[in-house]
Amino acid sequence: MKKLGKMGAVLALTLTVMMLGACGNNGGGNTAANETGKAAEASGNGGTKTEAKDITLGFSQVGAESGWRSANTKSIQDSAKEAGITLKFSDAQQKQENQIKALRSFIQQKVDVIAFSPVVESGWDTVLKEAKDAGIPVVLTDRAVDSKDTSLYVTFLGSDFVEEGRKAGQWLSEQYKDASEDINIVELQGTTGSAPANDRMSGFAEVIAGNPHLKMIASQSGDFTRAKGKEVMQAFLKANKDIDVLYAHNDDMALGAIQAIEAAGLKPGEDIRIISVDAVKDGMQAASEGKINFIVECNPLLGPQLMQVVQDVVDGKQVEARIVTEESTFTSEQAKEALPNRQY
Amino acid sequence: MGRLVKHHLFWPLCVLAALLLFNLCYSPDFFTITMHDGHLYGSLIDILNFGSPLILVAIGMTLVVATKGIDLSVGSIVAISGAVACLSISKGPDQNSLVLILISVLLAVGLSLVLGLWNGLLVSVAGIQPIIATLILMVAGRGIAQLVTGGQIITVTSAKYAYIGSGSLATLPFSIFVVILVLLIALLTRRTALGLFIESVGCNPTASLMAGVRAKWVILSVYIFCGLCAGIAGLLLSSNVSSADGNNAGLWYELDAILAVVIGGTSLNGGRYYLTGTVIGALIIQTLTTTIYMIGVPPEITLVVKAFVVLAVCLIQSDSFRAAFAARWKTRHYPAEKEITRHVS
Repeated sequence: MKKLGKMGAVLALTLTVMMLGACGNNGGGNTAANETGKAAEASGNGGTKTEAKDITLGFSQVGAESGWRSANTKSIQDSAKEAGITLKFSDAQQKQENQIKALRSFIQQKVDVIAFSPVVESGWDTVLKEAKDAGIPVVLTDRAVDSKDTSLYVTFLGSDFVEEGRKAGQWLSEQYKDASEDINIVELQGTTGSAPANDRMSGFAEVIAGNPHLKMIASQSGDFTRAKGKEVMQAFLKANKDIDVLYAHNDDMALGAIQAIEAAGLKPGEDIRIISVDAVKDGMQAASEGKINFIVECNPLLGPQLMQVVQDVVDGKQVEARIVTEESTFTSEQAKEALPNRQY
Repeated sequence: MGRLVKHHLFWPLCVLAALLLFNLCYSPDFFTITMHDGHLYGSLIDILNFGSPLILVAIGMTLVVATKGIDLSVGSIVAISGAVACLSISKGPDQNSLVLILISVLLAVGLSLVLGLWNGLLVSVAGIQPIIATLILMVAGRGIAQLVTGGQIITVTSAKYAYIGSGSLATLPFSIFVVILVLLIALLTRRTALGLFIESVGCNPTASLMAGVRAKWVILSVYIFCGLCAGIAGLLLSSNVSSADGNNAGLWYELDAILAVVIGGTSLNGGRYYLTGTVIGALIIQTLTTTIYMIGVPPEITLVVKAFVVLAVCLIQSDSFRAAFAARWKTRHYPAEKEITRHVS
């Protein structure tokens, strides 16, 4: 009996830890969703016809892999609260299977609109068809899918990654237009197979192809993380003696690479010029110190625009098939000016 | 020669040597080590520095595996420990104060001991199968790490904290000394009866109990030690990049660590363990990763290349595979070759 009691206590503890974990996985999103959910219920109980206006949005986020992503999540949660839309938030932790599970559960819960940022580009047809059959409109945010059937989603709201790659390439071509010798470029790609990695790579390659002196000598995946960016850059520095330019697909990898470059006794921004995409606060900080020479902005504050689209879709208005967010670019000097006002 | 081949470190060392040799052929200055403002700089140093967290985790895992257990939660403990340390430093008034760093490090190490204790209790007292008992913390631990970091990446600007993972002592990375210290502590089990106890518990816990070994205490202590190793690894990893990432830090570390243990010659059936083998196993994995970056394998096929090398390593180490291979070689029949020999003689 005594043993049984002990076992019971252990079991209870286990359950507590598991529940803790479950809460953690969803971040603050769940609580936010619950609060707005309660508010919606309260108004529904009032007996007025406001029920038809209550919108439930199921949103599946990629994960929390970077500061950019966290800013994106916060923007969506805040603007959902502001717009009075009930948000069911789910974090996929960078795994497609988690995301597909989340989408299926949204379909079962019969949410009004599903929005998600796909972890990878391919393999979405089946689950998107299920949503279509259930009559739930789907909005893609930030990342696209490579599905041939565009009727599977209403619109794609997000940055144009190819254009971001082009902007980075154009600045570089401009800098080296009079170059007489070869300029060696290394590239830190994002997560293999993800849309931003594929598009930022192709946009950049397209532009630098116009200048025969710009040579891409090495390109590896740094998984959009600081630790990998540092590790891969260390290997690049050992394998290639003469690197002139680093092109990183996000700020976090560039920040990791900066540490590697400094460890090698070189000056980031001078000995090796660095181009990066995103413009998160840590990246802008590095740019203002001259360690990153050029940042292409990728705006994460999609929340308000997304809520507008959701409202329009529910109201039955026509929505454009492609909505591009507004973005700019920063040189070191511009970064210094913009840094104090940076929210994320 | 026969004794040399039979030694348990022979094949792992061969593989490591082959990998290094391959690198040497590919880039001739692979072994070059130069001085850069007071510390050594080169590919080999990188391998040791980046490999040290994995070596630490694998050392702890070896002892757990020796008791016929397994610890899947190490990756999560790595993330939690880094997150707690970085959070407590970032909250402090002066990030460079030594007291704050020490408190944060002790806090993280203490927490990882508690997490190890939790695993140990589930396995030894509650009698849950190790793979399930540690799976609980593997899943929940990521959540806890994200809870601690609030889903954000916590960046710290403390030069003193960065020293743990990327500073250098006597021209070598500081992390190497941490690894050597932990390895020496682990090797103490070989100098004391504890090593024997661990192996006997791994062979047969009931028989060991009958023989007077407190099996539960032995199991409990190896899980606590494994938690400690993972916690220190988490500190190294997070301080190396001066930031804590609850989502990605230590992701899939448990699998790499188990692989390192197995490559090192320790059987998952328990009852035998080789700490030096594990260290070599971890070095093989890290060398392979560095090699892949250096020779520029396209990212799309990186994992396939890794899988092939690991498969080859495991096959080379398998006695029955080698025996079958050797038997085939000896009994081959080449009629033409026999003809020639006959005519020549």
